[in-house]
Amino acid sequence: MEFFDRFAVPNPTFTIYASMVAIGLTMLAILVGITYFKKWGYLWREWLTTVDHKRIGIMYLISALLMLFRGGVDALMMRAQTAIPDNTFLNAQEYNEVFTTHGVVMILFMAMAFVMALMNFVTPLQIGARDVAFPRLNALSFWLYFMGAMLFNISFVIGGSPDSGWTSYFPLAGNEFSPSVGTNYYMLSIQIAGLGTLITGINFIVTILKMRAPGMTLMKMPMFTWSALITNLIIVFAFPVLTVALAMGTMDRLFGTHFFSIDNGGMDMLWANFFWVWGHPEVYILILPAFGIYSEIIPTFARRNLYGYKSMVISIVAISALSFLVWVHHFFTMGQGALVNSIFSISTMAIAVPTGVKIFNWLLTLWKGKIEFTTAMLYSVGFIPIFTIGGVTGVMLAMASADYQYHNTMFLVAHFHLVIIPGVVFAMIAGLFYWWPKMFGFMLNEKLGKASFWAIAVGVCLAFFPMFISGLDGQARRMYTYSESTGFGIWNMISFIGASMLAIGFILIVYNIYYSTRYASRDISSDPWNARSLEWATHSPVPDYNFAITPEVQSLEAFWDAKKKGHKLFKGNYKEIHMPNNSGVPFIMCCFFFLLGFALVFSMWVVAIIAAIGIFSCMAHRSLEQDHGHHISVEEITKTEEKLGGAKK
Amino acid sequence: MKVDHSQPLEYSTEQNRLNILGFWIFLGAEIALFATLFASYFLLRNGTGSGPSDGEVFVIDTLMIQTFLLLTSSFTIGLGVHAMRLGRKTATINFFIVTLLLGLGFVGVEIYEFTQYIDEGLTLQTSGFSSALFTLLGTHGAHVTFGLFWGSFIIYQLITRGLTPETANKSFIFSLYWHFLDVVWIFIFSFVYLKGMI
Repeated sequence: MEFFDRFAVPNPTFTIYASMVAIGLTMLAILVGITYFKKWGYLWREWLTTVDHKRIGIMYLISALLMLFRGGVDALMMRAQTAIPDNTFLNAQEYNEVFTTHGVVMILFMAMAFVMALMNFVTPLQIGARDVAFPRLNALSFWLYFMGAMLFNISFVIGGSPDSGWTSYFPLAGNEFSPSVGTNYYMLSIQIAGLGTLITGINFIVTILKMRAPGMTLMKMPMFTWSALITNLIIVFAFPVLTVALAMGTMDRLFGTHFFSIDNGGMDMLWANFFWVWGHPEVYILILPAFGIYSEIIPTFARRNLYGYKSMVISIVAISALSFLVWVHHFFTMGQGALVNSIFSISTMAIAVPTGVKIFNWLLTLWKGKIEFTTAMLYSVGFIPIFTIGGVTGVMLAMASADYQYHNTMFLVAHFHLVIIPGVVFAMIAGLFYWWPKMFGFMLNEKLGKASFWAIAVGVCLAFFPMFISGLDGQARRMYTYSESTGFGIWNMISFIGASMLAIGFILIVYNIYYSTRYASRDISSDPWNARSLEWATHSPVPDYNFAITPEVQSLEAFWDAKKKGHKLFKGNYKEIHMPNNSGVPFIMCCFFFLLGFALVFSMWVVAIIAAIGIFSCMAHRSLEQDHGHHISVEEITKTEEKLGGAKK
Repeated sequence: MKVDHSQPLEYSTEQNRLNILGFWIFLGAEIALFATLFASYFLLRNGTGSGPSDGEVFVIDTLMIQTFLLLTSSFTIGLGVHAMRLGRKTATINFFIVTLLLGLGFVGVEIYEFTQYIDEGLTLQTSGFSSALFTLLGTHGAHVTFGLFWGSFIIYQLITRGLTPETANKSFIFSLYWHFLDVVWIFIFSFVYLKGMI
């Protein structure tokens, strides 16, 4: 039995036992359900082995929504605990675990996955490509992310969750102060998911640079594709830093090295620096695609072309460069001295300039536009004021000397939630509503969508504005409770009400998906929004091969000009289309990655070695196999096109 | 698969061109990875705690042998790719085999060097300096070791399938990888060993 003792949760409470039972039952229900409905074959053929960027995008989307649920429950528990003074709903240890997993899940497993979902689905369509450059690697990316996320989530019931914050600063995250395996989970699951992200980065840079439709020069690319390109460049240069930092952290914890220890020549601030050298660009990895989405949606529903396209491109490039030069602002108070702080203070404020340019460009796009307030547009317009409040308080935080007052208070929590939620989450929901008909061939309900917008927009303001006040009054973040005499009670209660409204908003979105799946009309055109870019030029839902004929692009808003100026997008006749074959190897390989991560968390070396051999065997298999893909014949294309509503010329 | 005969074999198909660009970007990520490792080595170099410092453990003999082996292997893989461009299959294979043997020698000497360090009381767990040193050298050594396996698979494919657009592409990409490891070694040579011994 001693062997199994290591898997026990160190601080078991009723909630954790209840979760164990719930997870067990859900797993059982899924397995029984799939078997009962005889869906194993379908699941394997159509999803687990797929290399189609559209299906991979949809799998990212489902995972992101699941993770949103997990992270959202964490958030609600935190707000519930702090809603009243001296509350005992969660104890200190549980609260530590909950805010840690909330941060990691929301940023790395929800927001990143959501970005990847839309990037995967939309980018190849926007550039008129058949798929990404390396479809097999794309599947590998997804499964690495998925297994990383699953590994992180089982920590809750097997061995204990990480509890040293999503930043996991050393020496707190070292063995001395975090003796449970929780932080091992943190290090290894993010490592596995991070590998997947890096691979995506490489994949999409090549795709966008090399696979654009004829005629689409870089300056004729849609803004979302531009933002995807720059985002992936940031990924390629930022994620290796995280890889190294996590590897060092893992070695400190498992092998007793002295990278981040405070004795024997280690340097604990090295972790903080590495973490934020990755962590700050990471913020822009999330926000730039969001900016790209707004730049698609706002022109579509303002019925005007995007104001200042060139300045938009220049500002995202400027933001990406600056994003690597600001990391110290996350720890102004940790003793760098005045000169270093001043430099990073100025570089941080400088980011507000290109961001401001973008805000004004969106406003000027709206100016004199014939604005149509769809759900996607509501989220995009709602983003502008709320994000600006979050952004302006960011400039306040950027002033190093003033930051001594704000550092580690609820003021900071309010700031970053008010940029991430309207910035990233609004964009993702807007993108979801906007591209949903392209993904599934029906539209989400607008009435429910608008209701969700109001719940979320009001909720986010109610939840986070009070934190500015309590933060300035001195409420520190990550404190599981406070006494009544502090006077924070009222602000936290308002926050809790706001958080509950956010929850209602997200429930409405999920209900909307269910409702629209059942009742929405399937009889929609391929271009329900009267949109501007190439993804709307093909059918909804999109056939496997994306475009029957590769489009030829003459202008920036290729599809709009095809509709209004009669540019011809599709010239010539159908030709045979070459497509990549499905493969189960990425999935199998990532199962080994999961096993490897799990074994390392618990220092089970034999299992780890077996899993590593498994991974290398999959790579060897890939090296030796000869897979030239398959061809779709002209007859088959003709048949599919006829079925989907005639050839699009 | 459309083959463009005006291009060298490794660039002759669309997928091949994508593969090569993708690998260059991967090398960009590898540069970021090694840059991080170098940065941490520089920062932790003086963090020797109670253990020995760099000047006390570095030896010139193993360093020169390693450098000679790895730099020569980079030259031979260059010859291998040259032979491949000339369409000479056997010469390509032979140069690749020589390259891998030199790489194997490099890894062997590196392992020997590590055992020497351990004998002198410098292990992975000794100090911040030792952790950073072993991790930097070890990451490079692990890359070379991975290359040995990867290269063997490519040689096997060259033997069984001959010079096709696919195998040529793989061989070329492998040569990029191998040259990159050489470049990293030059930085290790200069900024780890020379700096430590001066």
